[in-house]
Amino acid sequence: MVDMKVNLCGVELDNPVIPASGTFGYGREFAELYDINILGTFSFKGTTGEARFGNPTPRIAECREGLINSVGLQNPGVDRVIAEELPAMKEIFHKPVMANVSGFSIEEYVRVASALAACPQVGWIELNISCPNVHNGGMAFGTDPGEAAKVVGAVRRALDEQKAAEGCKPLIVKLSPNVTDIGEIAFACEDAGADGLTLINTLQGMRINLRTGKPVIANKMGGFSGPAVLPVALRMVYQAYERVKIPIVGCGGVSCPEDVLEMMLAGAAAVQVGSANLVNPYACRDIILNLPAAMEKYGITELREITGGAH
Amino acid sequence: MINKKLEIRSNREIADRTYEMILEVPADIRDGEKTFSTEELKPGQFINIKIEGFYLRRPISICSWDEKSITIIYKTVGAGTETMSRLQQGDSLEVLLPLGNGYDTVSSEIGKFPVLIGGGAGVPPMYGLCRELAKAGAMPTVILGFKAAGEIFYTEKFRELGVPVMVATEDGSQGVKGFVTDLMSELDCTSFFACGPEGMLKAIDRQAKADLPGWLSFEERMGCGFGACMGCSCETKYGNKRICKEGPVLERREIIW
Repeated sequence: MVDMKVNLCGVELDNPVIPASGTFGYGREFAELYDINILGTFSFKGTTGEARFGNPTPRIAECREGLINSVGLQNPGVDRVIAEELPAMKEIFHKPVMANVSGFSIEEYVRVASALAACPQVGWIELNISCPNVHNGGMAFGTDPGEAAKVVGAVRRALDEQKAAEGCKPLIVKLSPNVTDIGEIAFACEDAGADGLTLINTLQGMRINLRTGKPVIANKMGGFSGPAVLPVALRMVYQAYERVKIPIVGCGGVSCPEDVLEMMLAGAAAVQVGSANLVNPYACRDIILNLPAAMEKYGITELREITGGAH
Repeated sequence: MINKKLEIRSNREIADRTYEMILEVPADIRDGEKTFSTEELKPGQFINIKIEGFYLRRPISICSWDEKSITIIYKTVGAGTETMSRLQQGDSLEVLLPLGNGYDTVSSEIGKFPVLIGGGAGVPPMYGLCRELAKAGAMPTVILGFKAAGEIFYTEKFRELGVPVMVATEDGSQGVKGFVTDLMSELDCTSFFACGPEGMLKAIDRQAKADLPGWLSFEERMGCGFGACMGCSCETKYGNKRICKEGPVLERREIIW
C-alpha cells in the first residue's frame, strides 16, 4: 500500500491532485461524470469584486501540446459566488475548496479574499497576482517584488484580523512565470506573509491566423498552457523551492502521474492540473487512480516524502 | 455527457472538402455509471472529437442519427479536420457527447410552417432538425446556401424527407445566384431556424419580420466544449451564456448583435 496523503499549509489532502482555477469551473460539469470527492481539493474559477464578462471572443487558440486562453476573469462577482456557487459546490464536493481571488486594486483583493475566507467551506485563499489577460491588474502585481509584497501583506493583515472569529485560512499566492527572477518574487511573497505559493500561471503567448494575417485571440495575446510548459514549470518550482520555506503547489502542463512525481521532486507539496481537464474531463480522476502504480514503479511509499527530492 | 471511443462505419467525401462520417454507437454504450442512447439526442447538438496529434478537440455538429449510429458532416478547414478526413472504416475516434442545448422541436411558437436556413457548414444540423420537425407534425421549408455548385450536398436527402428545398449559390453555379436571404423574402412562414456563418445569421435576423420567432445556432472557438473553461462565452439579453453549454442555439429575442 502506498500513501498519497500530503499536507498543504496545515490541511491534509487525500492526494496531491488539485484541478487548477479556470479549468474546472465550479466543479459541476465534472461532477456529472465522476465523483469529484476523489480530488485532493479543487481551485474554483477566479473571483473578483464585481461581476465580469471577461474578454471578447475568440478567447482560445490551439498550439502544439497546449493552448492559449484569454478568458479575462469571467465570473459572477464575489457576492453571487458566495450566495450561489459555494452552496452549489457544497452539494457535490465535501472537502475544503481553494478559493482563487483576483482584483484590480489592493482594496479589491483584500475585500474578496476576506469575504471568501469567512466562508467555512473555503480551505485556502489562492491569490492570483498573475493573470496575463487583464489590464491594470492581475499580473502587474505579480511581476514586481515590491507590488507583490504590498498586496500579499495587505491580504495577510486582513486575514489575521479575521483569525479570532473564523480561524485563519492559509494564504497561497499564485505567481506568474513572466518574470526574470522567480526566486525574488517568491521570496518577497513569503516575506510579506504568504503561507504557500502556486506556480506557475500561464506564459504569455500568441498565435497568428494565416488566413487573416491577424492574431487568433481577440485580445491579441493570451496565456499559454498545456504539456509544452511542463519543463518551464518544473524549472521555476525548483528555483522557488531553493528560495522559500513555505509549501509550493506545482502547476503547469501536468497531465499524468509521472508529471506529478516530477513536480513534487522539483519541490512541490501538491500539484495542480489545468489544461488537461479541458481535453480529457477525466484527467484528474485518471491521474489519481494511476498514481499508486507510478509510485510503486519508482519505489515511493509515502508521497509527501519526495517533495524537493531533486535538490 | 459521456466520453467514448466510437468506431467509424464510413468516412467519405460528399462535396468539395466536405466529408460525411458515420460513427457506430453500440446499443449498450456506457461510460462508468453513465449510459447513453441516441434517443436522447436533439438536433443542433454537437460532439467534440479527439484527433491524434492535436491538443484541442474538434467540435462538430450532429447531422442525424439512428439507434446505432451518428452521422456528422464536416469541412476540411485545417490540419485537424484534414487528419480526420484520412481516417477509414474501422478506425476509432474518442468523442465527448452529446454537447450543447440543441433546437427545441416541440415549442408551440414554431407553428405549422417553419423555415430552415443552412449555410455551408451550417447545413448539416438542419437535416436532423428538418426530420424531427416533420416528425412533430410541422411542414418545414428548407433554404440552403453554398459558395458554389461543387460544395452542394444533401439536397436530395432533404427532398426525401418530403419538404420543399431551395438552393442559393454565391456564384450562381446552381440554384439562385445570391444568398439565402434572397430566397427568404417571398416565404410566408411561422418561424425560422438558422445555422451558418455569423454574417449570414445577422442578415437573416435583419430581414425576418420583427415578431417572427427564430432560433439561431452559433459557432465559436472552444476550449473544452462542455462548459468548464468559459472560452466561448457570449453576452445575451438573458445573461452570459456559454456557446458550448447553454448554446449553440440561442433564441432570436435574446441575441445582442
